Parts: sequence; structure tokens; C-alpha cells
Amino acid sequence: MIRPHDSLIVQSLGRFLIPVTQIFGLYVLFFGQYGPGGGFVGGVILGTSMIFSVLAFGHDASRSRLAKKVLHGDGVGMLIYAGVGGLCMIGGGEFLNFADFEIPGLETAARRSLGIVLTQIGVAVDVAVTAVSIVFSLSAEEIIEESTNG
Amino acid sequence: MATGILMTFSFEIPLLLLLLVTAVGAVLVQDLISAILLLGSYSFFLALVWAWLGAVDVAFVEAVVGAGLATVLFLLTLFGTAPRVSRLRLPPPPMAALVSLPLLGLLLLYAANDLPQFGDPQSPPSTHISPTYLEQSYQDTHTPNVVTSILMDYRSLDTMIETVVIFTAGIACALLLRRHSS
Repeated sequence: MIRPHDSLIVQSLGRFLIPVTQIFGLYVLFFGQYGPGGGFVGGVILGTSMIFSVLAFGHDASRSRLAKKVLHGDGVGMLIYAGVGGLCMIGGGEFLNFADFEIPGLETAARRSLGIVLTQIGVAVDVAVTAVSIVFSLSAEEIIEESTNG
Repeated sequence: MATGILMTFSFEIPLLLLLLVTAVGAVLVQDLISAILLLGSYSFFLALVWAWLGAVDVAFVEAVVGAGLATVLFLLTLFGTAPRVSRLRLPPPPMAALVSLPLLGLLLLYAANDLPQFGDPQSPPSTHISPTYLEQSYQDTHTPNVVTSILMDYRSLDTMIETVVIFTAGIACALLLRRHSS
């Protein structure tokens, strides 16, 4: 269990900084097609904001079992990525060849652009959740202590 | 001569000095928290180097992951393992390392002479497939950032396996560090 930080400065700064960081992370994620950035960096920024919120406000990981659910979310990112690859195979396309999307009314380049956005979301979810999941794993010793003490 | 070099590389030389100082400091300093923070600043200066060389995407990743996330994870590990004793007693380095590592450095410097000039249009990396990507990327994918279109579209399978690597890292951390609390 990660206890909330007892400093008022950290908590007030967290209330201000966490939403700003998350919006910046989303901006980096979706602006990755037009400038520096992309799924990996956006995911790391999103994950860092979540780590900050966990460290500043604490999380009762042992009781709410969010840590285990977060670990399942790790697979969701992979599933989005591989699922987008699998969608390309419907109708006889190649795996992860976004030009084979069976979406009427879109030209080939727009389909590939759409595929890039979707896979970037998958990478971002995977990276963000993995970062938070590692932080929960690193504080697992205290979870055990908590449960053995009652 | 010396002032000429200083004038030509007026940005690179201070950056390289800062890189050297932070890297050597991270190895030599005895307090582990100071070592972690020095490693974070090393990553930050490395990000500046990447940005100076024009690799903005790599610089972004280096700044966010190296200076941000890795520092936080290192600090959490340190607080989780050794909360009281964070000072490290370094054993003296063995004689073989003291002799062989500078020789290896000299060898690498000698080999670096044969590398193509930075930005050379005739070098193998700029003549093989990069021109095709640079010319075709926008028509193919409607994505102005060529790095993103290469990573996510042309080399999509690579990126998927990288995602699998990150996934595996998370799973491995959970398997090693979490035990069944029931």
C-alpha cells in the first residue's frame, strides 16, 4: 500500500500538475503524426502523471485490487495493437498492412493514417499501464506486510 | 587552431564535457541517491545532444524516459530496498580493466575515423532506403512526421514486438516482486 504524501505542497501541486501533464501526454500522443512525439512518449507521460497521483495521494492497492486490474490493462494495449493488425486481415489483407482496412469511403493513405493513430493508442495504453504496474510491483513488499499484520 | 575548434564546436564541446562529468560522477559518487540524480541529468544532456543532431523524436524519448521515468523507478527501488544505508563502498577497480578499457576507447576512436561524415548524402544509410521513405511517406500515409510513419506503418511489426517487450517487462516485474498475499 502506498500511503498519501503528508506534505500540503506536494498535494496542491499534484492537483494542479496532474491534469496538465495528462493533457500534454494526450497532445503528444495525437500530435505524433505531425511533430515529435508519438505513442511511446505520450504513454510514458500519461503513465508518469498516474505515478505522480499514486505517490502523492496514495493508493490502497491491497484492498481495492486496482493493482491486479491494472496489470490486466497491460494486455489491453497489446490487444489494441494486435487487434488492429488482425482487422487488416479481414477480407484477405496482410497482418498490420493498414492499406487493407475494409473501410469504404477512405482512400489508401487515409486508411494507413488511421491505422497509425490506432496502433499509437495501443502503444500508449501498454506503456502507461506498464509504468504504473511496475510502480505497484515495486511497492509490493509493503502490501505483504499490510496483509500479514492484519 | 585550438580557438578554431572551439569556435566551430562551441555547442558540442560544453555538451560533451557535461556528459563526461555527469557520467563519471554517476560512477564515482558514493551516495546512491546522488548517483541516480546524476544519471538523470546525464540522460537530460544526452537528450540535448540528440536534439542538436536533429533527432528530435529520440531526444524526446530520452528526456521523458531517461530523465523522468527511469529516475523515478530507480529512486523507488532504492527506497524499497535500502532505506537507511544508501552509501556505497566502491572496491578499487581491477588492474586489467584500468589497462584494457582505455585501449578499447582508443580502438573505438580509431575506428570512428572510418565513419561517414555527419549528414553525408553519399553514406550507405542515406542511399539505401531512406530516400524512398522520405519521398513516399506523405503520399503513402498522410503523416507529415516521417519517423512516426516509419515506426508505425512501414516497420509496424517491429514496433509490435517492442510493445511485447514492454508488456513482458511489466509482467516479469509483477511475477518477481509481487507475491500472493492470501
